Amino acid sequence: MRETFIDTTTDLLSDDPRTALVLADISASSFRTAQQRHPDRVFNVGIREQLMAGVGGGLALTGLRPILHSYAPFLVDRAYEQIKLDFAHQDVGAVLVSIGASYDAAEEGYTHQSPGDVALLDTLEGWTVHVPGHRDEVPGLLRAAARHDDRVYIRLSVQENKGPYPDGGSLRVLKRGGPLVVAVGPMLDPVLEATRDLDVTVAYTNTPRPFDTDGLRALAGGEVVLVEPYLAGTSARLVGEALNGMPHRALYLGVGRTEIRRYGSWRDHAREHGLDAAGLRRSINAFLGAND
Amino acid sequence: MHMTVVTASRHPLHPLLSRITGDEKHALSAHSTLDVLWVLYDRVLRITPETANEPDRDRFLLSKGHGPAAYYAVLAAKGFIPEDWLDDLAGWDSRLGHHPDRVLIPGVEIGTGSLGHGLGVAVGTALGLRAQGFLDSRTFVLLGDAELDEGSNHEAIAYAAAIQLPLTAIVIDNQSSTHGWPGGWDGAPTWPGIEGAGGGEGDHLRAGLSVGIPARFPGWSVSVVNGRDHDEIERALRVTGRPHLVVAAVETK
Repeated sequence: MRETFIDTTTDLLSDDPRTALVLADISASSFRTAQQRHPDRVFNVGIREQLMAGVGGGLALTGLRPILHSYAPFLVDRAYEQIKLDFAHQDVGAVLVSIGASYDAAEEGYTHQSPGDVALLDTLEGWTVHVPGHRDEVPGLLRAAARHDDRVYIRLSVQENKGPYPDGGSLRVLKRGGPLVVAVGPMLDPVLEATRDLDVTVAYTNTPRPFDTDGLRALAGGEVVLVEPYLAGTSARLVGEALNGMPHRALYLGVGRTEIRRYGSWRDHAREHGLDAAGLRRSINAFLGAND
Repeated sequence: MHMTVVTASRHPLHPLLSRITGDEKHALSAHSTLDVLWVLYDRVLRITPETANEPDRDRFLLSKGHGPAAYYAVLAAKGFIPEDWLDDLAGWDSRLGHHPDRVLIPGVEIGTGSLGHGLGVAVGTALGLRAQGFLDSRTFVLLGDAELDEGSNHEAIAYAAAIQLPLTAIVIDNQSSTHGWPGGWDGAPTWPGIEGAGGGEGDHLRAGLSVGIPARFPGWSVSVVNGRDHDEIERALRVTGRPHLVVAAVETK
């Protein structure tokens, strides 16, 4: 996904003179050609994430469309107040594109991981959040985001599904059956594997914000399972609001809050958080009262 | 020596400040930014109420946001906002808060209050203007000396120097930083007192000068001026084409 992002952004910078890119060293070498081609609109501020956000706000105030990019913990967690004040409070927007997700950087440790990025943006007004499940979903999301001035966060990950669903902006049903299981972004393939022989409905989205609440109301019966690749329960408030007045039970699966002080790979962390197919199957079966 | 100061009697800003503060008399130190703001809007900035939304206008960003009475008075004096807005500061129906909000106040470029945001946004603003070919459009940002405590400023200072970005940062120095900015720069000027050479006010200003502030701006050119002397302030603000620091020293708080 990172390569797709780099290629699409490089094209966008050539296609649309309103586009600007702000980096804080991460991925800078990959954008060298773009920077040489567009020195007035590609900026690497060095290892300065607060400044990266401030510069983005300033660019937007002059009418440009800034794209900011770094590891999720540096882009979002570290610069949270800049994101809060230098964009929405100024009534401007930007496109934030992160890599690293919750535990892609398993070997780097917790400093390079951001399970809480979407929850942090949920404290703020008006952020659209895209969590592509496949690299081929990235260009369309990015190009659409570059065309307007709203606030958009695109969360890239090395974990991806076998195939793309470019129409994943609203809930897209992939399997019809009993209770609804919603998979966000790269959670789709493990969810499909976990529920292969279960009587459930599986729906996919790569755009959890704004959440497709209409689609959820239409699909949800008395039981809903939400599987997200970031902090467990991040979307609980929205699901609760969407299903207000509809008697239901809900299970929210995602990354736990307890820091895993182990390294390994993202697969090890997915297993530890119960987000691999086996772990999901256990949790979903327990919730639905089925025997495994 | 003659010096133009807003704080001289009968300046048009006085009645406007009175409407905000409710006081007939103003303590000079309560309005540390007053003279710099007046010089900016009266002599330097290419911006009027009619051009307040032109893409190539000059930009002034009040980073520190605190104590904005002087800012509001200047905006009213220059016609950006109606004078009667000054009568209600931070009431429920007022557009003028204790910190300015760009969404509520015509002519205000950024909403501030949390310290350490303006300089980074100013860097982005200057870059954005340049990218669009507005090479004559200038960007100014005003900070307080205590605001420099915020580390975010130093990210912006270093980057602006590295790329030699045309940008003017004004630091109002009233010695309010808790730990100060000692040492490191020997270009400190001395001034005669406001009432003439040897006056007590001049000594006061010298005493209050943080000569260490320019040392925190490596790679920037520097003017250190008497923050009440309009001609000195104007000369310093007219330096263009590079990152330029104007330290405007005023009375200690």
